[in-house]
Amino acid sequence: MELLAKIFAMAIAAIFVQNFVLMRFLGLCPYIGVSKKIDSALGMGMAVIFVMTMASTFTWLIQTYLLVPLKIEFLQTIAFILTIASLVQLVEMIIQKTAPALYKALGVFLPLITTNCAVLGVAILNINEEYTFIFAILNGLFAGLGFTLVLILMAGIRERLERAELPRTMRGMPIAMIVAGCMALAFLGFSGLKF
Amino acid sequence: MSVIKEFTKGIVKENPVFVMALGLCPVLAVSSSVENAIGMGAAATFVLVFSNIFISLIKGFIPSKIRIPSYIVVIASFVTIVDMVMEAYVPALHKNLGLFIPLIVVNCIILGRAEAFAGKNNLIRSIFDGIGMGLGFTLALIVIASIREVLGAGQFLGFNVLPVTFKPMLVAILAPGAFLVMGLLMGLMNLKKK
Repeated sequence: MELLAKIFAMAIAAIFVQNFVLMRFLGLCPYIGVSKKIDSALGMGMAVIFVMTMASTFTWLIQTYLLVPLKIEFLQTIAFILTIASLVQLVEMIIQKTAPALYKALGVFLPLITTNCAVLGVAILNINEEYTFIFAILNGLFAGLGFTLVLILMAGIRERLERAELPRTMRGMPIAMIVAGCMALAFLGFSGLKF
Repeated sequence: MSVIKEFTKGIVKENPVFVMALGLCPVLAVSSSVENAIGMGAAATFVLVFSNIFISLIKGFIPSKIRIPSYIVVIASFVTIVDMVMEAYVPALHKNLGLFIPLIVVNCIILGRAEAFAGKNNLIRSIFDGIGMGLGFTLALIVIASIREVLGAGQFLGFNVLPVTFKPMLVAILAPGAFLVMGLLMGLMNLKKK
């Protein structure tokens, strides 16, 4: 039971209290760039959840069984970014072979994920917070879920904004930022939650 | 003359943050105080200039198919250097910036300049492009951080600048303030363009 409670607390923290996009400012480029339509936001979100979970798994293994025993922790940044880049490439090839329909849906978003700082961010955070293997994987999964949640919310709002009458100077990026600010204000309300 | 143009374009006309909206994550995350902003700007400028120099020197030897991974390795190496130097000499600043130092690797400005400029231009022009873009990035950070620090804490670089009767708007240094200030500034830039 205690383990379950711990996992639940971690999920709440990663999805709401310390949301990767709105509270930690990670993954803003896709958050602003791919949030114009709900469909593409959903596709991007799924791809990110998948890659973040995989990246958490592999970077944890590399850190624990390769970098630490060999005492080359200073290579962490290079090792992690290369792992993520090759992982994204691998995932892209596997999905293309095994699930062409899914590939068509995610296709365009997959290469973009390499430079999504939320992925490298979660990998480094897992190491800094000294999570165990299982918790590192779960953290990756929950962080991805939190990212997808706000991405879809944002896409829903922006689909409506398209039809709103806005001053010309505020159209596009500026209003997206203001909306993000309002969402961050709302998410600030979760900050008292503790389990 | 064209060298000077490469230098100045990054500061105003092609400002990476306000005009091209690149590298937003570190801009919003570390702009809660001017001190952090200057530290982040300096770190990113260093990486930008040296990766530009290195990439423009080796651009002839890299097959074009694997150029992006090679650029990332070059950038990651310089980020590691900055990370270690900052940890040794300015540990407090290093702790404040935390996660965002290793994340300079995935800052789109740096990879963007490598791909769009340093991979195609000679050494001298690449150096000036790097310095200009780095300064533009730093200036944008300082502008946002000044607004947030003055409104949110009533301070500038840690000194009180507003009268004691001023009640700080705490929200400006919290996460939502970053988005709101950024949105308003981008709107202002649009207004100026028209």
